[in-house]
Amino acid sequence: MRLQFILSEMFVGLRRNLSMAVSVILVTFVSLTFVGAAALLQAQISQVKDQWYDKVEVTIYLCPQDSEKPTCAGGEASQAQIDEIGQKLHSDALAPYVKKVYFETKQQAYESFEKRYANEWWAQSVTADQMQASYRVALVDPSQYQVISDTFTGHTGVDVVQDQRKVFEPLILVLNRATLISGGLAVVMLLAATLLITTTIRLSAMSRRRETGIMRLVGASNLFIQLPFMLEGAIAATIGAGLAVGGLWFGVRYLVQDWLATSVRWIPYIGAGDVWTVAPFLLAAAILLAAISSLVSLGRYTKV
Amino acid sequence: MAVRGRPHVVLTLDRSVPCGYLPCPRRLASHVIRLNNVTKVYARGARPALDDVDLEIERGEFVFLVGASGSGKSTLLRLMLREERPTGGKVFVAGKDLSKLSTWKVPYLRRQIGTVFQDFRLLPNKTVFENVAFALQVIGKPRHHIMTTVPDTLELVGLGGKEKRRPHELSGGEQQRVAIARAFVNRPSILLADEPTGNLDPTTSVGIMRLLDRINRTGTTVVMATHDDEIVDQMRKRVVELDTGQVVRDQSRGVYGSDR
Ligand SMILES: Nc1ncnc2c1ncn2[C@@H]1O[C@H](COP(=O)(O)OP(=O)(O)OP(=O)(O)O)[C@@H](O)[C@H]1O
Ligand SMILES: [Mg+2]
Repeated sequence: MRLQFILSEMFVGLRRNLSMAVSVILVTFVSLTFVGAAALLQAQISQVKDQWYDKVEVTIYLCPQDSEKPTCAGGEASQAQIDEIGQKLHSDALAPYVKKVYFETKQQAYESFEKRYANEWWAQSVTADQMQASYRVALVDPSQYQVISDTFTGHTGVDVVQDQRKVFEPLILVLNRATLISGGLAVVMLLAATLLITTTIRLSAMSRRRETGIMRLVGASNLFIQLPFMLEGAIAATIGAGLAVGGLWFGVRYLVQDWLATSVRWIPYIGAGDVWTVAPFLLAAAILLAAISSLVSLGRYTKV
Repeated sequence: MAVRGRPHVVLTLDRSVPCGYLPCPRRLASHVIRLNNVTKVYARGARPALDDVDLEIERGEFVFLVGASGSGKSTLLRLMLREERPTGGKVFVAGKDLSKLSTWKVPYLRRQIGTVFQDFRLLPNKTVFENVAFALQVIGKPRHHIMTTVPDTLELVGLGGKEKRRPHELSGGEQQRVAIARAFVNRPSILLADEPTGNLDPTTSVGIMRLLDRINRTGTTVVMATHDDEIVDQMRKRVVELDTGQVVRDQSRGVYGSDR
């Protein structure tokens, strides 16, 4: 009886203010899409960073089997060359610059490659012999990349010295900027959504002042009086969140997976799974939004 | 200004002491409504709407509140409903000290009080039945209870057969009967009526008064604010007269006008 009554009151309210309910749905849809996009961009950033990204600054790639570099004339880097480079990295001359050195064999490189691109068809034909061994170097001061580069570029057995940050930094910068823009828009839209839901609930409560007045008079509890309005806001916001999840899923599925992933291949991309990870948070945000708005707007209009 | 009629009853018991867990003395328990030195000032600096009012109403009594416009009748009723809180003094209703009643308990107090107004306050898009059932629905009464109680109550107020009408299809008197049915459907122990006949012609008013009298005979305490001198003179019930917020007359089996 109670539940049925509260629900029917809620639907009466939604129907009476249908255009307002639709605008609440749309505003939450747009704002939560921006929130979700910001989250997905961050997820994309962590996809872009490989396992070394946060640990090292410079990678010294050693000669693979068939490099055309003059320093690799002797073929694949020999154990002696590997040891020599290792010793230089640990020498007193470089000690002030080098914080830590990791050595990665080509087998290890192959394994992490396999893991990273497990789902990519173009990665399936790669073998361990096509990979190269490398020294991964963490620097005391990340800006001192040049010292390492000067020392090892042209060294026999070294294929190329790469400033790790130079590879990823521009991409990550773009993604971070996009996150900021998305997040900024999300904040503005969330504010708009909160104000709109507040106004909607208030209008709804005012249009039913007669009912709520009588409810108070005959001794309906506060919760009973307020619940239909709260649910009204919550339902509209939840539908908005649902649309946002749908929109994000659509975007990831068709924009990222079908288009980006086939045109720019070397980056591993987020997938639909990441959208499902974000979805519960968006839903929670919608409900929180509605709850805050109810608290702000209802106190005054349906007080005992 | 002579105050005539029944002398103000002074009890020897110290009534400011609440009973607590001890059984209340019978004399005390028989008051469903008691106001002790109640003052109500709406706006700072304004003339008090109620000024040091002492009033006791016993279970089952029928009381008329009379007095000129602005004398504080509605204010008194609103204090009993705890729609307003007194500036000074204490209000006891149905055994509860309203100044100590926490906000969330107010709805439970109101379930024991029926209220009727001059303007009926019905929901225009609900039928007679739905209007009365609404009062039970919103306090969470089960369906079968509503299905039996509402028709009984509509029968009692003389609206049997008109369950499906909407308020605009009823006369003023019938609309007020619906409002009374809604106020009484939960069988409250107190019925507060603020000028219930204010919008009705004399004959219709008599019908409404008969109904209120019948409800009073079931043991319900009725407090009615009114300007209707004919009704008060005919009914010969207790009359409490207010003048600028003060009780100037409290008379059992009284009449509307006093001999000032
Ligand atoms: N909500 C309010 N805010 C401020 N002043 C009020 C309020 N309600 C009533 N008053 C004032 O309190 C006084 C008593 O008003 P009240 O409504 O109790 O009188 P009443 O006896 O019911 O009058 P009437 O017979 O016209 O209904 C009046 O002076 C009125 O102006
Ligand atoms: Mg009044």
